[in-house]
Order: sequence, then C-alpha cells, then structure tokens
Amino acid sequence: MKITEETVERVAKLARIELSAREVKKFEKDLNDILTAFKTLDEAPTAEPSFQPIKLGNVMRDDEPEQCLTNEEALRNTKHKEKGFFKGPKAV
Amino acid sequence: MTKYNISVREFLHKSKSGEIDYDDFSEAYIKELSAVSKKLHLMQTIAKKSQAQEPILYGLPVTVKDNICTKGMQSSAGSKILDGYIPPFDATSVARVREAGGFIAGKTNQDEFGFGTFSTNSAYGIPKNPFDPERSCGGSSGGAAGVIAALQFPQIALAESTGGSISCPAAFCNVVGLTPTYGLVSRYGLIDYANSLDKIGVIAKDVHDAALGLSVVAGHDDKDSTSLDVQRKDYTRLEMDMKGVRIAVPKEYFHGVDSGVEKNVWAAIKKLESNGATYQEVSLPTTKYALAAYYIVATSEASTNLSKFCGLRYGASDKIEGNFNDYFTKVRTAGFGEEAKRRIILGTFARMSGYREQYYMKAMRVRTQIINDFKKTLKAFDVIAAPTMPVTAPKFTEIEKLTPLQNYQMDVLTVPVNLAGMPHISVPCADFTGLHLIGDHLEEQRLLSIAGCYEMIR
Repeated sequence: MKITEETVERVAKLARIELSAREVKKFEKDLNDILTAFKTLDEAPTAEPSFQPIKLGNVMRDDEPEQCLTNEEALRNTKHKEKGFFKGPKAV
Repeated sequence: MTKYNISVREFLHKSKSGEIDYDDFSEAYIKELSAVSKKLHLMQTIAKKSQAQEPILYGLPVTVKDNICTKGMQSSAGSKILDGYIPPFDATSVARVREAGGFIAGKTNQDEFGFGTFSTNSAYGIPKNPFDPERSCGGSSGGAAGVIAALQFPQIALAESTGGSISCPAAFCNVVGLTPTYGLVSRYGLIDYANSLDKIGVIAKDVHDAALGLSVVAGHDDKDSTSLDVQRKDYTRLEMDMKGVRIAVPKEYFHGVDSGVEKNVWAAIKKLESNGATYQEVSLPTTKYALAAYYIVATSEASTNLSKFCGLRYGASDKIEGNFNDYFTKVRTAGFGEEAKRRIILGTFARMSGYREQYYMKAMRVRTQIINDFKKTLKAFDVIAAPTMPVTAPKFTEIEKLTPLQNYQMDVLTVPVNLAGMPHISVPCADFTGLHLIGDHLEEQRLLSIAGCYEMIR
C-alpha cells in the first residue's frame, strides 16, 4: 500500500502535530521508503505476539496510600497553575 | 593527562583510605568535564562539585543520560519539549547511585528521546567523537560514551538502550557498553521511548567498571511493574577463564558489514579461540525481519508515550489560547524535532484501525520468533559473538547523506537482541569497532566474565 500526502496529514492531525507543506511531502516520501522496505514482515513466520521480551505477570499491591509528591512539587514545573491546580485550555 | 588518570578500582581504594583529596578531585573532574563538553557538546547539564561520600562508590563521578530523571537537575531527554523540566524525584537507578555514594556529575547529551543512531537528533547541539571531532559518537547515548572516552578520570555513565543506544556509542567511542536483560534495572523515572524495549545500562572504560555500575543499579524495584523479581548482587566477581566457552557466530551478522569491521571482529573471535574457547558458525534466520519489527514496535510505543507531552504540567509551554487541541498542537509542533515527528507519524499509522494487524500486531508476532531464535542458539552456546555495528564511527559529512531509512538500517545488528531483551555488551576490538557479545536472559555474570576475559587477552 502507498501512503499519500492525505494520509500523512490525517495521521499528523490525530497525533496533534501540524506539518508544513514541505514536511508533508518529505514524510510522505520517507514513510513510503520505510514501509516498502518493511514489506519483509509480510513473509515473516509468526507466532503468538510477545508484548514484552520476557514473560511478565500482573503485579498487585495492597491498596495503601504511600508518600507522593506534594502539591507544590507537582506544580513546580508549570507556569499554568491557579489555586493549587493545573490550569489548562478550555475543553469546548 | 591529569594526576587523576587512575582506574575506578584505584580510585575506590584511594578515596576510601583518604589518599585522595576529594574536594580537589571533584573540582578537577567538573572543570575538565566542562572544558571537554564545551568543545564536544557531550553534556546537557553539569553539576557543581561534590562533597566526599560514603561506600561503596566513595564519590565516584557518575554521569546520567539526559532521559533519566534526576531530582533538582534538568532532565530533557534531548528534547526542546522538555526544556526547563526539573524533576521533583530521582529515577530508581539514580537514587541507587546516590545511596551507594556516587556523585551525579551531570546529564549527558543524546538524540531526542533516543531517536537516532548518531546523536545528530539532539535539540542541544551534536556530540562529537573525542578521538576525531569530524566523526559521530554514535547514539543515542552519544554524550555518555563520549565523556567516558574523553576524560582521563575514574567515572562511569548511566545510559539507556531501546534498540542499540548503549552498544553503538560504546563501539564508536572505544569504550565498554553493557545493556542488561530487559527488566533487570528499574525503568522508574526513565523518560520512555518504548516501554517494552527500554533498558537502563552502563557505559564505562572497562568491563569491571560496567559490572560495578550494574551491581549498583540492578535488582527488583516495586515502583516498576515490569521489574524482574531478581535480588541485588555483586557482578564484579568475574571468572577469567575461556576454557570450554562455546561461542556462536551468526553468519547473518556479517552480511553488508564493512570489510575492516568484519576482519577485526573475526580476529577477536580467533583470539578467544586461541585462549580456550570454541566457536561455531550458526544461522539466526529471523535476523532479516528484525529491523522492520523493531521500528514498528518502537515507533508504535513511542507515539503513545509522546502523547503526554502537551505543554501543561511540565516542560515547554506557550500562552494558553484556543481549545485543548489547538493548544496541544501548537506546543507539540514547536517542541518536537523532525525525527520525533517522523516516528510519531510512523507509529501512529502502524497502530491505526485498518493497519494495526498488518503492522503492529505482525511485528509483535515476529518478535516471538526472534526471541525463540536467540533462545534456541543460547541453549547450545554460552554466548553469541558478532560485530556491534556494521561500520566504524562515520563522519558527519557521511551521515548527512543518509536517508531516514538508511539511518534506520545502521541499527540492523543491534535491534534483534534488543527486541529479545537479552543482555549484551560491546567491547572495543579495534578503533571505533566493537565486539558484540550476547548472552541469555539474566546471564549477565557469565557475559561479563567472557567480555572481561577478552579485554584481558586482547
């Protein structure tokens, strides 16, 4: 399958990134190059998927509160705060 | 050459016995680090000199890759979108270095989020190879390897590999790079690239120092749910005997490799043989699928991980205007570099409805075959030996000519083992060339012994 400039634009929008016309053109070419080379996967032998390289089980712990960041620490890295809360853009 | 051009072992001994004026040492180290870094762009942040410290590291300088969180010290993973981010907490690996009496000396430069093979994708200047500034340090932990190579001081570096980011720069900078089994070192506090691939490891001047670093950071951590149930232990007791060691040499790992690299790696294998090891050529037939599987898995995971960077709680921000989507898009567009955007787009595409089974799931299925390939070989052999990289450290003028695909293809020898999560170590075997040794899951001790042995007879 071939990726079109429209696909690149659609994916970028989903990923919340704005691309210039030049970038769309470049990425369209790059992605087609890459995915064409990756066609080797089509003929590869498969098995059950491995989501981790080593088998891991679920990890549980007792639901007991532990020490966490203070409100002040959590807010220290942002300019956008008010009354002990993060301040964000409007949702609608 | 400074008066502190001593081994880590000697430093630990002298620092313990008080033969070293630690204040003077620490000041000299930071001064040299600053001077070298200014010239070669190896560091992102440099600490102030330290007080004398306790066992077991007695104030040994430890640099930390920029994507590993350090309390009170900027951690930006080489990205503009994390510019100014000062973590209010330490990564577990960093906390363990501090507890062990290590001196966190600063943050090493890297490709943005680890996206690269030559550290040319850093938003903070490109690290240059200390042996030849026209050449790359490799990547993505380029700064980490560069500092170990450039400074004639006892020190180790915490680095991180997703698809080869420890081995590659270690090979290109003539130092040792150890990537442990997936899950042996806690990822808590690591700024993720790809969760199922990321591993914190060590870059050091020799195998002993790498083993020492691993001893400090390895072992179970409750804060990382993928952390293996493995006790902390001392990895520095190496068994220096090659007798009876069985080495597998996969023929696929010599396809398309520079003839000089091929010659030097074979010489290293013969050297091991002449010291009592046996070797056999084998086939790892899934090798040819690893590059594609790796880039699909890695970019898919990266594209979800990078969705949290939106200019609100930390890092780069902007004036709040418009709705959520307008604001996030504005900050992300300005904050991510070109390669980060390329990987986000590729990874988002590979997970999109309609393509998910064809790309993402298929890559996960192929990964199982790759793991099985390694497992099978490592049942019959103690270690796999191969070149670390297909080329020696390239010049920047050569790197500029590579397309993104050709860039990715440089990782062809390091991604298979990273998909399989097996421990591996790159040991210098010629200028800008590494001998890559791969062991089975959790066989670090054996792997380090074989690597240490090679280092001794080299």
